[in-house]
Amino acid sequence: MSSDIVLTYDISGEEFSLAGEASVDLKGRLKLMGIPAATIRRATIALYEAEINLVIHASGGQITVFINPQYIKMKVKDDGPGIEDIPLAMSEGYSTATDEVRTLGFGAGMGLPNMKKYTDEFDISSSIGVGTEINMSVYI
Amino acid sequence: MKIDDIAKILDGEILTQNTDLQREVYAACGSDMMSDVLAYVKNQAVLLTGLNNLMVIRTAQMMDMLCVVFVRGKKPNQTIIDMADENEITVITTDKTMFAACGLLYGHGLREASDEQ
Repeated sequence: MSSDIVLTYDISGEEFSLAGEASVDLKGRLKLMGIPAATIRRATIALYEAEINLVIHASGGQITVFINPQYIKMKVKDDGPGIEDIPLAMSEGYSTATDEVRTLGFGAGMGLPNMKKYTDEFDISSSIGVGTEINMSVYI
Repeated sequence: MKIDDIAKILDGEILTQNTDLQREVYAACGSDMMSDVLAYVKNQAVLLTGLNNLMVIRTAQMMDMLCVVFVRGKKPNQTIIDMADENEITVITTDKTMFAACGLLYGHGLREASDEQ
């Protein structure tokens, strides 16, 4: 892993309209690296959904991205309330988002399913009252 | 379908200043739920929405979309328009409803795209 490019982002949970800035930054960097557009899109959409979730559900968190010629690996960690039933949370259409979040166009229950859909590796672990960690990779 | 044609068909007003209106759009998606939009990867698409906030442009940017149409006469603020301009996303506003706008574009041959993967 020593040759990986490592990027870290602290995501604030205070301002919903800022959600997505890390994904935008990552997208720009991956473009400069000459990575294929479809690969970039899959990685950054997955990260964008994760960022939205950090803001909606966990008052922010930390994102670490590892990039090497083989893959883009993204680790998303928060100290939020945790997810009680992960299989339920993974089902399309299930959401605990507030009405306020829905009026902004999110909270359709597609976040976690989209992350899994667009990545080649996806793993989620969560403890109630401790937080949630997602590890996902897109192969280049 | 060219972006310029979309504006004409919808009798819309183009709010961005610096984007290329001759670019070709191959697919369309109409939704107020950005998570639904994110569920469908499309190339060179146009997004029609009744939602009016910054996240619409950011979502379009993530999806590499070329154009966003705000329906029912919604006019995004200058911050939103500037952000779209910076990212080469054309912003159009139309008085048409979502149903009518989608129907008009469909009638002129534009279709929703299938997953590219």
